[in-house]
Amino acid sequence: MRSVAELEAYMDSQKPDTSPAKLAADYLLVGEEMLENWLVAQERVPTDDKKEGFRILALHRQGCKGEPSFNACRETCRELAYYYNLITMEPGSDEMSSRLAMMDMVAKHLVLFIGNKMMDDQVGEFCCSAKVNRLSSEKLQEQVGVNNG
Amino acid sequence: MTVIIDKPDLKKKYKKVAYYPGCALEGSAIPYDKSTRAIGKELGLELVDVKDWNCCGAMEVKNLDPEVETYLSSRVLSNAKNLNKMDVVMAPCNGCYKNLKQAEHELGHREKSKQVVDKISKKAGHETYEVGDVETIHALDWIKMGYGEDELRKKIKGGLKGLKIANYYGCMYTRPRNIFPEKAPGAGGDDLIKPHYMDDLLAVAGAENVDFALKTACCGGAHTLSDRDMSTKLVLNILEAAEAAGAEVIATECPTCHSGLEMHQIRALKRLSKKTNVKVIYFTQLLGMAMGLSARKVGLNGNISDSRGLMKEKGII
Repeated sequence: MRSVAELEAYMDSQKPDTSPAKLAADYLLVGEEMLENWLVAQERVPTDDKKEGFRILALHRQGCKGEPSFNACRETCRELAYYYNLITMEPGSDEMSSRLAMMDMVAKHLVLFIGNKMMDDQVGEFCCSAKVNRLSSEKLQEQVGVNNG
Repeated sequence: MTVIIDKPDLKKKYKKVAYYPGCALEGSAIPYDKSTRAIGKELGLELVDVKDWNCCGAMEVKNLDPEVETYLSSRVLSNAKNLNKMDVVMAPCNGCYKNLKQAEHELGHREKSKQVVDKISKKAGHETYEVGDVETIHALDWIKMGYGEDELRKKIKGGLKGLKIANYYGCMYTRPRNIFPEKAPGAGGDDLIKPHYMDDLLAVAGAENVDFALKTACCGGAHTLSDRDMSTKLVLNILEAAEAAGAEVIATECPTCHSGLEMHQIRALKRLSKKTNVKVIYFTQLLGMAMGLSARKVGLNGNISDSRGLMKEKGII
């Protein structure tokens, strides 16, 4: 498993001159390794299971347990699986270059999103992670001394 | 294929709704407010401002005390019900929309939230909010379900023909999923995974919607103060993805996303020397122009992303 920094560097680098299918597999692997990083940082063992034929979807589901905010990258993972299917199942498509470009950007989004979540606990959890803060609200209130009365 | 859902009962119900602009639409998103009111007037949909409305508690309050956040949103709903005597609130801001929805959910599922809200409401001297009194909808629901695509088609004048658009919904229009039961599969609302209401409306207006993979991806809006560089990278990736998909315009329906895209587009150029040309425009502005409203009337000159040249070039204004 490559580190977050290595994965970021890979996404910023010029991609190797290889077949579209190989490149698509690389992008999928980047996504899987980002999710592995997320799980390992929480002292969990990344699953080898697959969901709907993709390990990335099983890893994402595992990553969401106890952390609903992680659902914010569910569609990103699904988009990676979607582009992987398009690229590998239609090798002669006229849209190959645009599909590869899009998969590159989707993978990059996942790297940036998870990378940032790992850096700053609870920062940026304004959107869909309200439940996390809510679950710990009693503890939070103790910490900041907020009293509803 | 676009599935057209026509529910006459909703057309009647949404014809006159309480309008909750929230703080963004009175500040950084004035063009969104202006264009929303303008198209409402044009379509004969009446907006009545929620009386004495307050902040929904979206950002700072939530992190200090989520119960107070629930209270703040519930007060908006209570005012709509008890002061305006309305049973539908329309919130164009994704943050407000999500927060009002969440308050409704919390009050219906969490006894402590109900107790806290009742207690603070009593102390503040106003009627408490009762679950189910008010339905919260987004501006997209308001037009799509309250006016309908067939009727909207008749209102289109110049249209957006030839304009390639990436529809960007941001994170809060569909998340967290449990607070949007009407968007559950089979429920007849918008899609939780690939929302399409904005796509549908702009397609009716003549736009060519591109296949955009990041339509619900995080824009980094909440990181803007804590880690601006990360926000810039996330936004740049969204802008580049839209351009790679062939879009000339990113249509928005969230003021946080919109201002983030606009500001970080400039910052990406300054800090990373990455230039993108895609324009950022609220969907209400696009619909308004398609209906023949002037650029001024929909507040196009108020956007940071200056799209007037492109709109002229396309013959839209």
